[in-house]
Amino acid sequence: MELKEKIRKFIESNLVVFEDEAEFSDSDNIFEMGFVNSLFAMKLVNHIEQEFSIEVDNDDLEISNFSSVDRIVQYIGSKKEN
Amino acid sequence: MSESKKEIKCVIWDLDHTLWEGTLVENDEIRLKPGVVDVIKELDSRGILHSVSSKNNYDDAMEKLKEFSLEEYFLYPQISWNAKSLGVANIQQNLNFAMDTILFIDDQPFEREEVKSAHPEVTCIDASGYIKLPHLPRLNPRFITADSQKRRKMYWDDFNRKVEEDEYEGPPEAFLASLDMHFVIHGAVEEDLKRAEELTVRTNQLNATGRTYDYDELNAIRLSDKHKLLVCELTDKYGSYGKIGLALIEIQEEYWHLKLLLMSCRVMARGVGTVVMSHIMQETKKAGKKLRADFKKTGRNRMMYVSYKFSNFKEVNSDEDGNILFENDLSMIQPFPPYIDVKIY
Repeated sequence: MELKEKIRKFIESNLVVFEDEAEFSDSDNIFEMGFVNSLFAMKLVNHIEQEFSIEVDNDDLEISNFSSVDRIVQYIGSKKEN
Repeated sequence: MSESKKEIKCVIWDLDHTLWEGTLVENDEIRLKPGVVDVIKELDSRGILHSVSSKNNYDDAMEKLKEFSLEEYFLYPQISWNAKSLGVANIQQNLNFAMDTILFIDDQPFEREEVKSAHPEVTCIDASGYIKLPHLPRLNPRFITADSQKRRKMYWDDFNRKVEEDEYEGPPEAFLASLDMHFVIHGAVEEDLKRAEELTVRTNQLNATGRTYDYDELNAIRLSDKHKLLVCELTDKYGSYGKIGLALIEIQEEYWHLKLLLMSCRVMARGVGTVVMSHIMQETKKAGKKLRADFKKTGRNRMMYVSYKFSNFKEVNSDEDGNILFENDLSMIQPFPPYIDVKIY
């Protein structure tokens, strides 16, 4: 599965609104839209660390790195390059 | 390793020759140790929970506890032929308490050693000490609040919620919606202060600074017009989770300064963590101020750190002791989750 798809799947399985209300594009800010809850942030960080074998440093824990599907893909890409 | 000074939140009992005289599987005549029921009830009334880790046949042992009318006092009893340290680990995970707030009591040195080797932070004592438990300082909380007296019931409610959640077939948001959650935020009144102090002492994982405040400090803060002291309560269809959150804000010229924010870990799985944060951000914005917040890394509160960062707080400065000063420009405020009814008084 493509990276983007994997991320989207994970987000979709953690939405706190019903699926038919939850249309979001790859660039939509899922936090601003209220689609996810406080628990999700921690889950997402843990998931990314395990699934893609990277470590998210405190310095990287910026919402701008995780706010949309595109941003997450970009962030993982930049970590993998290093 | 030095013994923890933390208050004990849960006592885990062995059964044979500890809670009662005799060995159940040997068909001995089983009699409760003299005075043990009083010990259990006394600790229970202080808000200290009980559980069991015992090597026995589950059904037989539960039957016996039922006969003694003690069944309701033991949460998540672990009765099997597995190592007792596993039982302790299961209880710890289910209650979500830190290991250093757990006391294990057993008559056999081997079992105490086994638990100690797997969980060095657990306090282990010999069964002969059971009658003295209520006198130990770590089993004497400074205050006994309405929340502590109801604690066992609240954990049974949690147990029933978990059972239903496990059995629930369908998307997680539908389950959360089915709970009918109400979240109330209000300014602290005098009756809230004991519980507020208790929260600062008991809460570790979802605690922004780890600072404890005593009753008098909190009362001075409550009466000061330079501060806001907010208390949160959560209820759902099963009943109240009690007063589960506390926030302390200092009102300054240019800033509202969040000195303390904590949330009981019992509500972690409910996704209510951002509710009070969003509320404070909205109010700060309304008052035309900027928002700052103190944070201290304690090694246990990374989740809280993530919550701040994902609520768009930026570090202004930090020191080598793990103290961080955050600032939030309030440009992005998360709405309340749709499955919670929020009321503000």
